[in-house]
Amino acid sequence: MTQVRPRAACVFRTRQRTSDGPLRQGGWLVTQKRVLVIEDEPNISEAIRFILTRDGWQVEVEADGVAALERLRAAPPDALILDLMLPDMDGFDVLRRLRAEDATRHVPVLMLTAKGQSADRDLAAKLGVTRFMTKPFANAEVVAALQAMVTP
Amino acid sequence: MSRSALTGTRIRARRTLRGLRQTDLARMVGVSPSYLNLIEHNRRKVSAPLLGALAQALGVSSDVLVEDSDTRLVEGARAAALRSDTELGDLERIDDFIGRFPGWAAVLAETHGRVERLERVVEQLNDRMTHDPYLGDALHEIISAVTSVQSTAAILNDDGELAPEWQDRFHRNILTDSGRLAEGAVALVNYIDSAKTGETGIAAPQEEVEAWLAREGYHIDLVERGSLDRIEPYLDSQVELASGAAQQLAAAWLAQMQADARALPLKDLGAALGRYGVAPDLVAAAFGCGLDVVLRRLAHLPRGFCTELGLPPMGLAICDMSGTLLFRRPAEGFPFPRFGGGCPLWPLYQALRQPHVPLRANLVTAGRSGRRFNAFAIACVTGPARLSMPPVLRATMLLLPDEAQVDDTAIAVGASCRTCPQLDCPARREPSILVAGA
Repeated sequence: MTQVRPRAACVFRTRQRTSDGPLRQGGWLVTQKRVLVIEDEPNISEAIRFILTRDGWQVEVEADGVAALERLRAAPPDALILDLMLPDMDGFDVLRRLRAEDATRHVPVLMLTAKGQSADRDLAAKLGVTRFMTKPFANAEVVAALQAMVTP
Repeated sequence: MSRSALTGTRIRARRTLRGLRQTDLARMVGVSPSYLNLIEHNRRKVSAPLLGALAQALGVSSDVLVEDSDTRLVEGARAAALRSDTELGDLERIDDFIGRFPGWAAVLAETHGRVERLERVVEQLNDRMTHDPYLGDALHEIISAVTSVQSTAAILNDDGELAPEWQDRFHRNILTDSGRLAEGAVALVNYIDSAKTGETGIAAPQEEVEAWLAREGYHIDLVERGSLDRIEPYLDSQVELASGAAQQLAAAWLAQMQADARALPLKDLGAALGRYGVAPDLVAAAFGCGLDVVLRRLAHLPRGFCTELGLPPMGLAICDMSGTLLFRRPAEGFPFPRFGGGCPLWPLYQALRQPHVPLRANLVTAGRSGRRFNAFAIACVTGPARLSMPPVLRATMLLLPDEAQVDDTAIAVGASCRTCPQLDCPARREPSILVAGA
Protein backbone atom coordinates (compact mmCIF):
# COMPACT_ATOMS: atom_id res chain seq x y z
CA MET A 1 0.00 0.00 0.00
CA THR A 2 1.27 3.45 -0.83
CA GLN A 3 1.90 5.72 2.09
CA VAL A 4 -0.41 8.69 2.46
CA ARG A 5 1.65 11.78 3.14
CA PRO A 6 0.28 13.78 6.09
CA ARG A 7 -0.39 17.43 5.43
CA ALA A 8 2.08 19.18 7.68
CA ALA A 9 -0.46 21.84 8.66
CA CYS A 10 -2.75 19.26 10.16
CA VAL A 11 -0.21 17.39 12.23
CA PHE A 12 -0.63 17.95 15.93
CA ARG A 13 2.10 20.19 17.14
CA THR A 14 1.72 19.33 20.73
CA ARG A 15 4.26 17.95 23.08
CA GLN A 16 2.03 15.45 24.75
CA ARG A 17 3.64 12.28 25.97
CA THR A 18 2.23 9.29 24.21
CA SER A 19 3.44 5.78 23.75
CA ASP A 20 4.20 6.53 20.13
CA GLY A 21 7.59 7.71 19.06
CA PRO A 22 7.78 11.43 18.35
CA LEU A 23 8.60 12.50 14.84
CA ARG A 24 10.42 15.62 13.85
CA GLN A 25 8.89 17.80 11.17
CA GLY A 26 9.80 21.32 10.15
CA GLY A 27 11.71 21.85 13.33
CA TRP A 28 8.71 20.96 15.55
CA LEU A 29 8.59 18.01 17.82
CA VAL A 30 5.26 16.50 16.84
CA THR A 31 3.41 13.49 18.12
CA GLN A 32 0.99 11.61 15.94
CA LYS A 33 -2.23 10.80 17.61
CA ARG A 34 -3.64 7.32 17.22
CA VAL A 35 -7.20 6.68 16.21
CA LEU A 36 -8.86 3.29 16.02
CA VAL A 37 -11.62 2.97 13.43
CA ILE A 38 -14.13 0.17 14.00
CA GLU A 39 -16.02 -0.13 10.73
CA ASP A 40 -17.04 -3.23 8.82
CA GLU A 41 -17.54 -1.58 5.42
CA PRO A 42 -14.08 -1.78 3.80
CA ASN A 43 -14.61 1.10 1.39
CA ILE A 44 -15.82 3.39 4.15
CA SER A 45 -12.94 2.48 6.43
CA GLU A 46 -10.51 3.02 3.58
CA ALA A 47 -11.88 6.50 2.95
CA ILE A 48 -11.74 7.30 6.67
CA ARG A 49 -8.24 5.93 6.90
CA PHE A 50 -7.18 8.17 4.04
CA ILE A 51 -8.72 11.41 5.29
CA LEU A 52 -7.42 10.92 8.83
CA THR A 53 -3.93 9.89 7.74
CA ARG A 54 -3.87 12.97 5.54
CA ASP A 55 -4.80 14.96 8.62
CA GLY A 56 -1.85 13.57 10.52
CA TRP A 57 -3.42 10.73 12.44
CA GLN A 58 -2.01 7.31 12.90
CA VAL A 59 -4.98 5.19 11.84
CA GLU A 60 -5.78 1.61 12.76
CA VAL A 61 -8.83 -0.22 11.49
CA GLU A 62 -10.79 -3.14 12.87
CA ALA A 63 -13.86 -4.63 11.19
CA ASP A 64 -15.42 -6.34 14.18
CA GLY A 65 -16.09 -5.50 17.81
CA VAL A 66 -14.36 -8.40 19.55
CA ALA A 67 -11.00 -7.85 17.86
CA ALA A 68 -11.37 -4.11 18.35
CA LEU A 69 -11.90 -4.51 22.11
CA GLU A 70 -8.76 -6.61 22.40
CA ARG A 71 -6.75 -3.98 20.59
CA LEU A 72 -8.33 -1.23 22.68
CA ARG A 73 -7.39 -2.92 25.93
CA ALA A 74 -3.86 -3.65 24.77
CA ALA A 75 -3.17 -0.08 23.70
CA PRO A 76 -5.89 2.50 24.24
CA PRO A 77 -5.87 4.96 21.32
CA ASP A 78 -6.29 8.71 21.58
CA ALA A 79 -9.69 8.47 19.94
CA LEU A 80 -12.11 5.92 18.61
CA ILE A 81 -14.44 6.02 15.62
CA LEU A 82 -17.17 3.48 16.13
CA ASP A 83 -19.76 2.17 13.68
CA LEU A 84 -23.04 1.12 15.24
CA MET A 85 -23.89 -1.88 13.09
CA LEU A 86 -21.08 -4.42 13.35
CA PRO A 87 -21.12 -8.10 12.44
CA ASP A 88 -20.55 -9.62 15.88
CA MET A 89 -21.50 -7.20 18.65
CA ASP A 90 -23.04 -3.80 17.99
CA GLY A 91 -21.40 -0.46 18.64
CA PHE A 92 -23.43 0.05 21.82
CA ASP A 93 -21.90 -3.12 23.32
CA VAL A 94 -18.42 -1.98 22.40
CA LEU A 95 -19.09 1.41 23.99
CA ARG A 96 -20.58 -0.15 27.12
CA ARG A 97 -17.53 -2.36 27.68
CA LEU A 98 -15.15 0.42 26.83
CA ARG A 99 -16.67 2.66 29.46
CA ALA A 100 -16.68 -0.12 32.06
CA GLU A 101 -12.94 -0.66 32.03
CA ASP A 102 -10.39 1.62 33.63
CA ALA A 103 -7.90 1.37 30.80
CA THR A 104 -10.35 2.54 28.17
CA ARG A 105 -12.86 4.58 30.13
CA HIS A 106 -11.39 7.93 29.05
CA VAL A 107 -11.08 7.27 25.29
CA PRO A 108 -13.18 9.80 23.37
CA VAL A 109 -15.61 8.07 21.03
CA LEU A 110 -17.12 9.36 17.80
CA MET A 111 -20.05 7.16 16.84
CA LEU A 112 -20.83 7.05 13.13
CA THR A 113 -24.05 5.39 12.15
CA ALA A 114 -26.63 5.01 9.46
CA LYS A 115 -29.23 4.77 12.21
CA GLY A 116 -29.94 8.32 13.24
CA GLN A 117 -33.08 7.76 15.29
CA SER A 118 -33.32 9.76 18.45
CA ALA A 119 -33.57 6.55 20.50
CA ASP A 120 -30.13 5.50 19.23
CA ARG A 121 -28.76 8.94 19.89
CA ASP A 122 -30.16 8.90 23.43
CA LEU A 123 -28.78 5.46 24.17
CA ALA A 124 -25.36 6.44 22.84
CA ALA A 125 -25.43 9.55 25.06
CA LYS A 126 -26.37 7.46 28.09
CA LEU A 127 -23.51 5.10 27.40
CA GLY A 128 -21.09 7.99 27.32
CA VAL A 129 -20.46 8.68 23.65
CA THR A 130 -18.44 11.83 22.97
CA ARG A 131 -19.93 12.69 19.56
CA PHE A 132 -22.67 11.12 17.50
CA MET A 133 -22.74 11.60 13.73
CA THR A 134 -25.01 10.06 11.12
CA LYS A 135 -23.95 8.60 7.81
CA PRO A 136 -23.46 9.82 5.18
CA PHE A 137 -20.97 12.27 6.65
CA ALA A 138 -18.83 15.06 5.25
CA ASN A 139 -15.13 14.21 5.49
CA ALA A 140 -14.26 17.61 6.92
CA GLU A 141 -16.84 17.18 9.68
CA VAL A 142 -15.34 13.89 10.80
CA VAL A 143 -11.86 15.40 10.85
CA ALA A 144 -13.06 18.47 12.75
CA ALA A 145 -15.03 16.38 15.24
CA LEU A 146 -12.06 14.16 15.92
CA GLN A 147 -9.72 17.09 16.41
CA ALA A 148 -12.17 18.78 18.77
CA MET A 149 -12.48 15.58 20.80
CA VAL A 150 -8.77 15.31 21.54
CA THR A 151 -8.05 19.00 21.98
CA PRO A 152 -7.86 19.74 25.68
CA MET B 1 -77.58 19.23 10.94
CA SER B 2 -81.16 20.01 10.22
CA ARG B 3 -82.04 20.35 6.61
CA SER B 4 -83.06 23.93 6.92
CA ALA B 5 -80.27 25.08 9.15
CA LEU B 6 -78.36 26.68 6.34
CA THR B 7 -81.23 27.95 4.26
CA GLY B 8 -80.89 31.51 5.53
CA THR B 9 -77.19 31.55 4.80
CA ARG B 10 -77.86 30.33 1.28
CA ILE B 11 -80.51 32.95 0.71
CA ARG B 12 -78.07 35.60 1.83
CA ALA B 13 -75.34 34.24 -0.41
CA ARG B 14 -77.66 34.16 -3.43
CA ARG B 15 -78.90 37.66 -2.74
CA THR B 16 -75.43 39.16 -2.50
CA LEU B 17 -74.46 37.23 -5.62
CA ARG B 18 -77.22 39.03 -7.49
CA GLY B 19 -76.24 42.37 -6.00
CA LEU B 20 -79.56 42.82 -4.26
CA ARG B 21 -79.93 44.73 -1.03
CA GLN B 22 -81.82 43.15 1.83
CA THR B 23 -84.52 45.80 1.53
CA ASP B 24 -84.92 45.09 -2.20
CA LEU B 25 -85.38 41.38 -1.72
CA ALA B 26 -87.66 41.91 1.30
CA ARG B 27 -89.88 44.18 -0.78
CA MET B 28 -89.93 41.70 -3.69
CA VAL B 29 -91.21 38.88 -1.49
CA GLY B 30 -93.39 41.03 0.74
CA VAL B 31 -91.71 40.75 4.14
CA SER B 32 -90.00 43.35 6.28
CA PRO B 33 -86.24 43.80 5.89
CA SER B 34 -85.71 43.01 9.57
CA TYR B 35 -87.60 39.71 9.20
CA LEU B 36 -85.51 38.82 6.15
CA ASN B 37 -82.45 39.69 8.20
CA LEU B 38 -83.50 37.18 10.86
CA ILE B 39 -84.09 34.55 8.18
CA GLU B 40 -80.73 35.18 6.57
CA HIS B 41 -79.02 34.65 9.92
CA ASN B 42 -80.85 31.37 10.36
CA ARG B 43 -82.80 32.69 13.30
CA ARG B 44 -86.20 32.21 11.72
CA LYS B 45 -87.48 29.27 9.77
CA VAL B 46 -88.76 29.95 6.30
CA SER B 47 -92.27 28.84 5.43
CA ALA B 48 -92.72 26.91 2.24
CA PRO B 49 -94.61 29.69 0.36
CA LEU B 50 -92.03 32.30 1.39
CA LEU B 51 -89.21 29.96 0.29
CA GLY B 52 -90.88 29.65 -3.11
CA ALA B 53 -91.18 33.42 -3.40
CA LEU B 54 -87.56 33.94 -2.37
CA ALA B 55 -86.36 31.31 -4.84
CA GLN B 56 -88.33 32.96 -7.62
CA ALA B 57 -86.99 36.39 -6.74
CA LEU B 58 -83.45 35.04 -6.67
CA GLY B 59 -83.90 33.16 -9.94
CA VAL B 60 -83.15 29.71 -8.53
CA SER B 61 -85.23 26.68 -7.73
CA SER B 62 -86.18 26.38 -4.08
CA ASP B 63 -84.21 23.11 -3.94
CA VAL B 64 -81.02 25.08 -4.29
CA LEU B 65 -81.87 26.99 -1.13
CA VAL B 66 -82.59 23.96 1.02
CA GLU B 67 -80.51 21.26 -0.62
CA ASP B 68 -78.45 19.16 1.66
CA SER B 69 -75.34 18.83 -0.45
CA ASP B 70 -73.30 20.46 2.31
CA THR B 71 -73.76 17.60 4.76
CA ARG B 72 -70.47 16.11 3.73
CA LEU B 73 -68.80 19.46 4.26
CA VAL B 74 -70.35 19.81 7.69
CA GLU B 75 -69.25 16.34 8.67
CA GLY B 76 -65.75 16.89 7.30
CA ALA B 77 -65.34 20.24 9.03
CA ARG B 78 -66.81 18.93 12.26
CA ALA B 79 -64.50 15.90 12.20
CA ALA B 80 -61.54 18.21 11.60
CA ALA B 81 -62.62 20.39 14.51
CA LEU B 82 -63.04 17.42 16.83
CA ARG B 83 -59.59 16.11 15.91
CA SER B 84 -58.05 19.43 16.81
CA ASP B 85 -56.58 19.94 20.25
CA THR B 86 -57.77 23.53 20.19
CA GLU B 87 -60.79 24.37 22.32
CA LEU B 88 -63.45 25.48 19.89
CA GLY B 89 -66.03 27.47 21.79
CA ASP B 90 -68.03 28.19 18.68
CA LEU B 91 -68.31 24.69 17.28
CA GLU B 92 -72.07 25.10 17.13
CA ARG B 93 -71.59 27.86 14.59
CA ILE B 94 -70.19 25.36 12.10
CA ASP B 95 -73.26 25.77 9.88
CA ASP B 96 -72.65 29.44 9.80
CA PHE B 97 -69.04 28.91 8.81
CA ILE B 98 -69.92 26.52 6.02
CA GLY B 99 -72.69 28.72 4.77
CA ARG B 100 -70.47 31.76 4.62
CA PHE B 101 -67.26 30.14 3.44
CA PRO B 102 -68.21 27.00 1.51
CA GLY B 103 -64.90 27.09 -0.37
CA TRP B 104 -62.82 27.20 2.78
CA ALA B 105 -65.00 24.56 4.39
CA ALA B 106 -64.40 22.31 1.39
CA VAL B 107 -60.65 22.87 1.77
CA LEU B 108 -60.88 22.02 5.47
CA ALA B 109 -62.93 18.89 4.86
CA GLU B 110 -60.69 17.80 2.02
CA THR B 111 -57.56 18.40 4.09
CA HIS B 112 -59.01 16.46 6.96
CA GLY B 113 -59.86 13.56 4.67
CA ARG B 114 -56.34 13.66 3.35
CA VAL B 115 -54.89 13.58 6.87
CA GLU B 116 -56.98 10.53 7.62
CA ARG B 117 -55.83 8.76 4.48
CA LEU B 118 -52.21 9.61 5.22
CA GLU B 119 -52.60 8.33 8.75
CA ARG B 120 -53.65 4.97 7.37
CA VAL B 121 -50.54 4.95 5.18
CA VAL B 122 -48.41 5.93 8.18
CA GLU B 123 -49.91 3.07 10.15
CA GLN B 124 -48.98 0.60 7.45
CA LEU B 125 -45.54 2.02 6.79
CA ASN B 126 -44.77 2.30 10.46
CA ASP B 127 -45.71 -1.32 10.89
CA ARG B 128 -43.30 -2.21 8.13
CA MET B 129 -40.50 0.11 9.15
CA THR B 130 -40.60 -0.96 12.76
CA HIS B 131 -40.63 -4.64 12.21
CA ASP B 132 -39.49 -5.35 8.73
CA PRO B 133 -35.95 -6.72 8.84
CA TYR B 134 -35.60 -6.64 5.08
CA LEU B 135 -36.43 -2.97 4.80
CA GLY B 136 -34.05 -2.05 7.62
CA ASP B 137 -31.22 -4.03 6.05
CA ALA B 138 -31.87 -2.67 2.58
CA LEU B 139 -31.83 0.92 3.81
CA HIS B 140 -28.68 0.31 5.81
CA GLU B 141 -26.98 -1.15 2.77
CA ILE B 142 -27.94 1.87 0.68
CA ILE B 143 -26.78 4.37 3.29
CA SER B 144 -23.50 2.54 3.62
CA ALA B 145 -22.92 2.70 -0.12
CA VAL B 146 -23.91 6.38 -0.21
CA THR B 147 -21.54 7.13 2.66
CA SER B 148 -18.67 5.42 0.93
CA VAL B 149 -19.37 7.09 -2.42
CA GLN B 150 -19.73 10.53 -0.89
CA SER B 151 -16.62 10.29 1.24
CA THR B 152 -14.51 8.83 -1.55
CA ALA B 153 -15.75 11.31 -4.13
CA ALA B 154 -14.88 14.15 -1.77
CA ILE B 155 -11.34 12.81 -1.44
CA LEU B 156 -10.95 12.58 -5.20
CA ASN B 157 -12.32 16.08 -5.60
CA ASP B 158 -10.34 17.75 -2.81
CA ASP B 159 -6.97 16.17 -3.11
CA GLY B 160 -5.25 17.51 -6.20
CA GLU B 161 -2.00 15.73 -5.45
CA LEU B 162 -3.48 12.30 -4.98
CA ALA B 163 -0.99 9.58 -5.94
CA PRO B 164 -2.10 7.59 -9.01
CA GLU B 165 -2.37 4.36 -6.96
CA TRP B 166 -4.77 6.01 -4.56
CA GLN B 167 -6.71 7.54 -7.40
CA ASP B 168 -7.12 4.12 -8.99
CA ARG B 169 -8.10 2.57 -5.71
CA PHE B 170 -10.73 5.20 -4.97
CA HIS B 171 -12.11 5.10 -8.51
CA ARG B 172 -12.52 1.36 -8.12
CA ASN B 173 -14.25 1.80 -4.78
CA ILE B 174 -16.68 4.32 -6.24
CA LEU B 175 -17.44 1.96 -9.08
CA THR B 176 -18.21 -0.98 -6.79
CA ASP B 177 -20.21 1.18 -4.40
CA SER B 178 -22.26 2.79 -7.15
CA GLY B 179 -23.04 -0.71 -8.40
CA ARG B 180 -24.17 -1.67 -4.89
CA LEU B 181 -26.20 1.49 -4.70
CA ALA B 182 -27.95 0.84 -8.00
CA GLU B 183 -28.77 -2.74 -7.04
CA GLY B 184 -29.97 -1.71 -3.61
CA ALA B 185 -32.18 1.02 -5.04
CA VAL B 186 -33.76 -1.30 -7.60
CA ALA B 187 -34.41 -3.94 -4.96
CA LEU B 188 -35.95 -1.37 -2.66
CA VAL B 189 -38.19 0.06 -5.38
CA ASN B 190 -39.38 -3.44 -6.31
CA TYR B 191 -40.05 -4.18 -2.70
CA ILE B 192 -42.04 -1.02 -2.12
CA ASP B 193 -43.90 -1.49 -5.42
CA SER B 194 -44.93 -4.97 -4.37
CA ALA B 195 -46.36 -3.43 -1.22
CA LYS B 196 -48.30 -0.87 -3.27
CA THR B 197 -49.93 -3.50 -5.43
CA GLY B 198 -51.25 -5.21 -2.36
CA GLU B 199 -48.62 -7.91 -2.24
CA THR B 200 -46.86 -7.75 1.01
CA GLY B 201 -43.18 -7.80 0.22
CA ILE B 202 -43.60 -11.21 1.64
CA ALA B 203 -41.20 -12.30 4.32
CA ALA B 204 -42.63 -15.19 6.34
CA PRO B 205 -44.25 -18.43 5.13
CA GLN B 206 -47.43 -17.51 6.98
CA GLU B 207 -47.61 -14.27 5.01
CA GLU B 208 -47.13 -16.16 1.76
CA VAL B 209 -50.11 -18.35 2.63
CA GLU B 210 -52.23 -15.35 3.62
CA ALA B 211 -51.31 -13.54 0.39
CA TRP B 212 -52.27 -16.61 -1.64
CA LEU B 213 -55.62 -16.97 0.16
CA ALA B 214 -56.30 -13.23 -0.14
CA ARG B 215 -55.85 -13.42 -3.90
CA GLU B 216 -58.13 -16.44 -4.04
CA GLY B 217 -60.79 -14.59 -2.04
CA TYR B 218 -60.17 -16.93 0.92
CA HIS B 219 -61.80 -19.79 -0.86
CA ILE B 220 -60.16 -22.62 -2.77
CA ASP B 221 -62.77 -24.47 -4.78
CA LEU B 222 -60.71 -27.67 -4.62
CA VAL B 223 -61.64 -28.23 -0.98
CA GLU B 224 -65.35 -28.49 -1.80
CA ARG B 225 -65.07 -31.45 -4.14
CA GLY B 226 -61.51 -32.18 -5.26
CA SER B 227 -58.91 -34.53 -3.92
CA LEU B 228 -55.84 -33.21 -2.20
CA ASP B 229 -53.80 -36.33 -2.90
CA ARG B 230 -51.50 -34.88 -5.52
CA ILE B 231 -51.57 -31.29 -4.41
CA GLU B 232 -47.86 -30.45 -4.82
CA PRO B 233 -47.94 -29.38 -8.50
CA TYR B 234 -50.91 -27.14 -7.74
CA LEU B 235 -49.16 -25.50 -4.77
CA ASP B 236 -46.02 -25.13 -6.82
CA SER B 237 -47.94 -23.17 -9.43
CA GLN B 238 -49.18 -20.57 -6.94
CA VAL B 239 -46.87 -17.56 -7.26
CA GLU B 240 -47.32 -16.41 -3.68
CA LEU B 241 -46.21 -19.74 -2.26
CA ALA B 242 -42.56 -19.23 -3.07
CA SER B 243 -40.99 -21.11 -0.19
CA GLY B 244 -41.21 -24.79 0.64
CA ALA B 245 -42.31 -23.85 4.15
CA ALA B 246 -45.22 -21.83 2.74
CA GLN B 247 -46.27 -24.74 0.53
CA GLN B 248 -46.30 -27.05 3.55
CA LEU B 249 -48.39 -24.58 5.51
CA ALA B 250 -50.72 -24.18 2.55
CA ALA B 251 -51.13 -27.95 2.24
CA ALA B 252 -52.00 -28.19 5.93
CA TRP B 253 -54.41 -25.30 5.52
CA LEU B 254 -56.11 -26.95 2.54
CA ALA B 255 -56.50 -30.17 4.50
CA GLN B 256 -58.06 -28.24 7.34
CA MET B 257 -60.41 -26.38 5.00
CA GLN B 258 -61.41 -29.63 3.34
CA ALA B 259 -62.18 -31.23 6.71
CA ASP B 260 -64.24 -28.15 7.62
CA ALA B 261 -66.04 -28.31 4.26
CA ARG B 262 -66.90 -31.97 4.82
CA ALA B 263 -68.23 -31.23 8.29
CA LEU B 264 -70.31 -28.36 6.91
CA PRO B 265 -71.27 -29.04 3.27
CA LEU B 266 -72.31 -25.87 1.44
CA LYS B 267 -75.85 -26.96 0.68
CA ASP B 268 -76.71 -27.96 4.24
CA LEU B 269 -74.83 -25.00 5.66
CA GLY B 270 -76.85 -22.66 3.45
CA ALA B 271 -80.05 -24.14 4.80
CA ALA B 272 -78.85 -23.87 8.40
CA LEU B 273 -77.76 -20.26 7.94
CA GLY B 274 -81.13 -19.55 6.39
CA ARG B 275 -82.81 -21.00 9.46
CA TYR B 276 -80.61 -19.63 12.24
CA GLY B 277 -78.90 -16.64 10.69
CA VAL B 278 -75.22 -16.17 11.48
CA ALA B 279 -75.47 -17.98 14.82
CA PRO B 280 -72.32 -20.13 14.86
CA ASP B 281 -73.24 -21.93 18.08
CA LEU B 282 -76.61 -23.08 16.71
CA VAL B 283 -74.99 -24.15 13.45
CA ALA B 284 -72.33 -26.10 15.37
CA ALA B 285 -75.02 -27.83 17.43
CA ALA B 286 -77.06 -28.66 14.33
CA PHE B 287 -74.07 -30.26 12.62
CA GLY B 288 -72.55 -31.78 15.74
CA CYS B 289 -69.19 -30.16 15.06
CA GLY B 290 -66.96 -27.80 17.02
CA LEU B 291 -67.62 -24.08 17.11
CA ASP B 292 -64.09 -23.45 15.81
CA VAL B 293 -64.96 -25.46 12.69
CA VAL B 294 -67.97 -23.21 12.05
CA LEU B 295 -65.97 -20.03 12.64
CA ARG B 296 -63.26 -21.11 10.18
CA ARG B 297 -65.79 -22.26 7.64
CA LEU B 298 -67.73 -18.99 7.73
CA ALA B 299 -64.56 -17.10 6.86
CA HIS B 300 -63.76 -19.37 3.90
CA LEU B 301 -66.98 -19.54 1.96
CA PRO B 302 -67.26 -19.04 -1.82
CA ARG B 303 -68.07 -15.47 -2.76
CA GLY B 304 -71.13 -16.44 -4.80
CA PHE B 305 -72.54 -18.41 -1.89
CA CYS B 306 -72.15 -15.41 0.42
CA THR B 307 -73.74 -13.04 -2.08
CA GLU B 308 -76.71 -15.38 -2.47
CA LEU B 309 -77.27 -15.54 1.28
CA GLY B 310 -76.47 -11.86 1.82
CA LEU B 311 -73.50 -12.66 4.06
CA PRO B 312 -70.82 -9.98 4.39
CA PRO B 313 -67.15 -10.96 4.15
CA MET B 314 -66.09 -11.95 7.68
CA GLY B 315 -62.73 -11.56 9.38
CA LEU B 316 -60.90 -14.39 11.07
CA ALA B 317 -57.96 -14.55 13.45
CA ILE B 318 -56.36 -17.64 14.88
CA CYS B 319 -53.67 -17.60 17.55
CA ASP B 320 -51.77 -20.10 19.61
CA MET B 321 -51.24 -20.07 23.37
CA SER B 322 -48.46 -17.51 23.11
CA GLY B 323 -50.92 -15.12 21.47
CA THR B 324 -49.00 -15.29 18.20
CA LEU B 325 -51.35 -14.81 15.28
CA LEU B 326 -51.25 -17.89 13.08
CA PHE B 327 -53.81 -16.69 10.59
CA ARG B 328 -55.34 -13.35 9.72
CA ARG B 329 -58.18 -12.58 7.43
CA PRO B 330 -58.89 -8.89 8.04
CA ALA B 331 -62.46 -7.67 7.90
CA GLU B 332 -63.10 -4.35 6.20
CA GLY B 333 -62.57 -1.70 8.87
CA PHE B 334 -60.84 -4.15 11.21
CA PRO B 335 -57.21 -4.46 10.20
CA PHE B 336 -54.90 -6.94 11.88
CA PRO B 337 -51.32 -6.02 12.71
CA ARG B 338 -48.81 -7.46 10.32
CA PHE B 339 -46.31 -8.05 13.09
CA GLY B 340 -46.57 -8.68 16.79
CA GLY B 341 -49.66 -9.38 18.83
CA GLY B 342 -53.03 -7.77 18.42
CA CYS B 343 -55.17 -5.83 20.88
CA PRO B 344 -55.20 -7.64 24.25
CA LEU B 345 -58.91 -6.87 24.56
CA TRP B 346 -59.90 -9.07 21.64
CA PRO B 347 -62.14 -11.99 22.66
CA LEU B 348 -59.57 -14.12 20.81
CA TYR B 349 -57.27 -13.78 23.80
CA GLN B 350 -60.03 -13.94 26.38
CA ALA B 351 -60.94 -17.33 24.93
CA LEU B 352 -57.50 -18.71 25.83
CA ARG B 353 -58.33 -18.20 29.52
CA GLN B 354 -61.46 -20.35 29.29
CA PRO B 355 -60.82 -23.20 26.87
CA HIS B 356 -63.88 -24.66 25.14
CA VAL B 357 -66.14 -21.87 26.39
CA PRO B 358 -67.78 -20.10 23.45
CA LEU B 359 -67.56 -16.32 23.72
CA ARG B 360 -69.52 -13.62 21.99
CA ALA B 361 -68.85 -9.90 22.26
CA ASN B 362 -69.84 -6.72 20.53
CA LEU B 363 -66.80 -4.80 19.42
CA VAL B 364 -66.37 -1.28 18.18
CA THR B 365 -63.09 -0.17 16.67
CA ALA B 366 -61.51 2.59 18.73
CA GLY B 367 -61.17 6.00 17.18
CA ARG B 368 -63.16 7.98 14.71
CA SER B 369 -64.25 5.28 12.32
CA GLY B 370 -65.95 3.27 15.09
CA ARG B 371 -66.83 0.24 12.98
CA ARG B 372 -68.98 -2.32 14.76
CA PHE B 373 -68.56 -6.07 14.78
CA ASN B 374 -69.99 -9.15 16.38
CA ALA B 375 -67.11 -11.29 17.55
CA PHE B 376 -67.34 -15.02 18.23
CA ALA B 377 -64.41 -16.82 19.79
CA ILE B 378 -63.43 -20.16 21.22
CA ALA B 379 -60.18 -21.84 22.23
CA CYS B 380 -59.84 -25.57 21.63
CA VAL B 381 -57.18 -28.13 22.43
CA THR B 382 -55.38 -29.33 19.33
CA GLY B 383 -53.43 -32.51 18.89
CA PRO B 384 -53.54 -35.63 21.03
CA ALA B 385 -53.78 -35.27 24.81
CA ARG B 386 -50.47 -35.91 26.52
CA LEU B 387 -49.82 -36.06 30.22
CA SER B 388 -46.20 -35.09 29.81
CA MET B 389 -46.85 -31.60 28.42
CA PRO B 390 -49.39 -28.82 28.81
CA PRO B 391 -52.38 -29.00 26.45
CA VAL B 392 -51.85 -27.11 23.22
CA LEU B 393 -54.61 -24.58 22.68
CA ARG B 394 -55.58 -22.70 19.60
CA ALA B 395 -58.05 -19.80 19.73
CA THR B 396 -60.24 -18.78 16.82
CA MET B 397 -62.18 -15.52 16.46
CA LEU B 398 -64.69 -14.64 13.75
CA LEU B 399 -65.60 -11.02 13.07
CA LEU B 400 -69.02 -10.36 11.63
CA PRO B 401 -69.58 -6.74 10.52
CA ASP B 402 -72.63 -5.39 12.30
CA GLU B 403 -73.12 -1.70 11.64
CA ALA B 404 -76.73 -1.90 12.79
CA GLN B 405 -75.58 -2.84 16.27
CA VAL B 406 -76.70 -0.35 18.89
CA ASP B 407 -74.88 -1.26 22.05
CA ASP B 408 -73.34 1.01 24.61
CA THR B 409 -71.53 -1.94 26.17
CA ALA B 410 -69.56 -2.74 23.02
CA ILE B 411 -65.87 -3.14 23.81
CA ALA B 412 -63.65 -0.58 22.12
CA VAL B 413 -60.72 -2.42 20.61
CA GLY B 414 -57.86 -1.53 18.29
CA ALA B 415 -55.67 -3.36 15.83
CA SER B 416 -52.51 -2.89 17.88
CA CYS B 417 -51.43 -0.34 20.46
CA ARG B 418 -49.22 1.60 18.08
CA THR B 419 -52.11 2.49 15.84
CA CYS B 420 -54.86 2.75 18.45
CA PRO B 421 -56.00 6.19 19.60
CA GLN B 422 -57.50 4.97 22.89
CA LEU B 423 -55.08 6.59 25.31
CA ASP B 424 -56.55 5.62 28.67
CA CYS B 425 -56.72 1.91 27.86
CA PRO B 426 -55.35 -0.17 30.75
CA ALA B 427 -54.17 -2.79 28.26
CA ARG B 428 -51.92 -0.33 26.41
CA ARG B 429 -48.45 -1.77 25.80
CA GLU B 430 -46.79 1.20 24.13
CA PRO B 431 -47.64 4.74 23.08
CA SER B 432 -49.74 5.35 19.99
CA ILE B 433 -48.14 7.02 17.01
CA LEU B 434 -51.45 8.54 15.98
CA VAL B 435 -52.01 10.86 18.89
CA ALA B 436 -49.70 13.73 19.71
CA GLY B 437 -48.22 13.41 23.17
CA ALA B 438 -49.46 9.87 23.59
